[in-house]
Amino acid sequence: MTRTKFSRFGTSHQTSWDWRAAGNFICGGAGSSLLAGSVAAAFPEAPDWRVLLAALLLIGAGLVFVWTEIGRTWRAFNVLFHPQTSWMTREAYVAALTGALVAGWAFTGIAPLAHAAGLAALLFLYCQARILKAARGIPAWREPAIVPLIVATGLVEGVSLLVLIATAQEVPSSALLAALTALAVLRFASWLRYRARMDASDMPPVTRRVLDSVSRGMLWVGTVAPLAAAGLTLAVPAIAPLAAVAALVAGAHFKLQLITRAAQVQGYALGNKLRRGHPLTMKPGAAEATAR
Amino acid sequence: MTRYVMVADLNRCVGCQTCTASCKHTNATPPGVQWRKVLDVEMGEYPNVERLFMPVGCQHCSDPPCMEVCPSTATGQRKDGIVTIDYDICIGCSYCAVACPYQARYKVEEPRFAYSSGPTETEAIRFDEGRIGVAQKCTFCADRVDAGLAKGLTPGVDPDATPACANACIANALTFGDLEDPDSNVSKLLTDNTWFRMHEDLGTDPGFYYLWEEK
Repeated sequence: MTRTKFSRFGTSHQTSWDWRAAGNFICGGAGSSLLAGSVAAAFPEAPDWRVLLAALLLIGAGLVFVWTEIGRTWRAFNVLFHPQTSWMTREAYVAALTGALVAGWAFTGIAPLAHAAGLAALLFLYCQARILKAARGIPAWREPAIVPLIVATGLVEGVSLLVLIATAQEVPSSALLAALTALAVLRFASWLRYRARMDASDMPPVTRRVLDSVSRGMLWVGTVAPLAAAGLTLAVPAIAPLAAVAALVAGAHFKLQLITRAAQVQGYALGNKLRRGHPLTMKPGAAEATAR
Repeated sequence: MTRYVMVADLNRCVGCQTCTASCKHTNATPPGVQWRKVLDVEMGEYPNVERLFMPVGCQHCSDPPCMEVCPSTATGQRKDGIVTIDYDICIGCSYCAVACPYQARYKVEEPRFAYSSGPTETEAIRFDEGRIGVAQKCTFCADRVDAGLAKGLTPGVDPDATPACANACIANALTFGDLEDPDSNVSKLLTDNTWFRMHEDLGTDPGFYYLWEEK
């Protein structure tokens, strides 16, 4: 039963995209920002080819997740047909461009190709964010504040991976840890803005409950823990991976929850603008007064 | 110009689901897929409770979010406003389904029939492999509309040129017609009655109008 006459009703969890779609956002976000971050860290040189390969594999893994989810897998290349308006098409093109640029750099050794791949990877991350925003049927996704949040989350994931890679080789630089903490704070700020916008909207109750639980993870695991661990690294360098793992896990958890649990559909509602008159001859703004 | 729309009179609808049944019969949709359905809506809190029945389905928006996001161009829009899906192009990514604010789209991954023993004779004849693994939704019975127009009939007036749901409605609650024609049945209904459209704030410009006289 709807509580008021114009309340939304009939909301339920979307069943169209599952953990595989979340996998694309997690792997694609981490891979693209790992690529961009490694290019930035090595600039003006080209980064280690193994890092670029790992980044491409992550992006590719995300796309494979999506490929396994579509209904007609052998028509997958039809995804390229609509770059005019579809962010999914644009994401596919940018992924191909990123791969081509890395391949070009690998064959020629021309560093600017790797730099361009880094920029393309950032564009890929942006496309992922816009994919969610364009889903007008899901209140938790269409909120415009989702775009900076997804981008910030991706950047944190990428830098976290860089910290882990650096730890495997030596102690990560203080600049890298500073970047991680700064991005973690930026992500939390984006999260607060997103939450505020969602709280001000008529979001479904289930979405609110899921976002409440994500809030705790974002604060303690995604922000406080990385900041504390990064600070302690000054005294105990071996603790650096904890900062990265915490930041990484919080971001992946957020995306998984966003896709698989917070994504309630719009539902139905009676329109609260009751009008009288032919729709094509009505003057804008003059309509509602006739009815109530 | 032509702009086909549907008008649903909430004061007339009795929730009999005849439109739902006629849609399923006409379009041979499998169990669980309802291109047209009627919601039983209860509003308010005891003892101030109201109840109404609300037909829903694809709203054939002028600015359809499903078409905007579709990566394969399978979702299209005809000049008369009817939103279509090309089953031969669709990749079944379901992006349209999450973009639609009206829960109008379905994807069936494997053949489904009414009984576990297999398809009935009718189901076997009418089964369409092309609809498996792709998006599907109400078409406003575009094939009926086109066939009727080819015979010189008027959609919304002549049953052979009118969507099955509107034909079947026992309460005359569903009316189909051309919004651009000021003399059409839908134009007259909208001119003479109060109406709303669902989720207008999302900017979809839906082609589904609900007549409602608040009591």
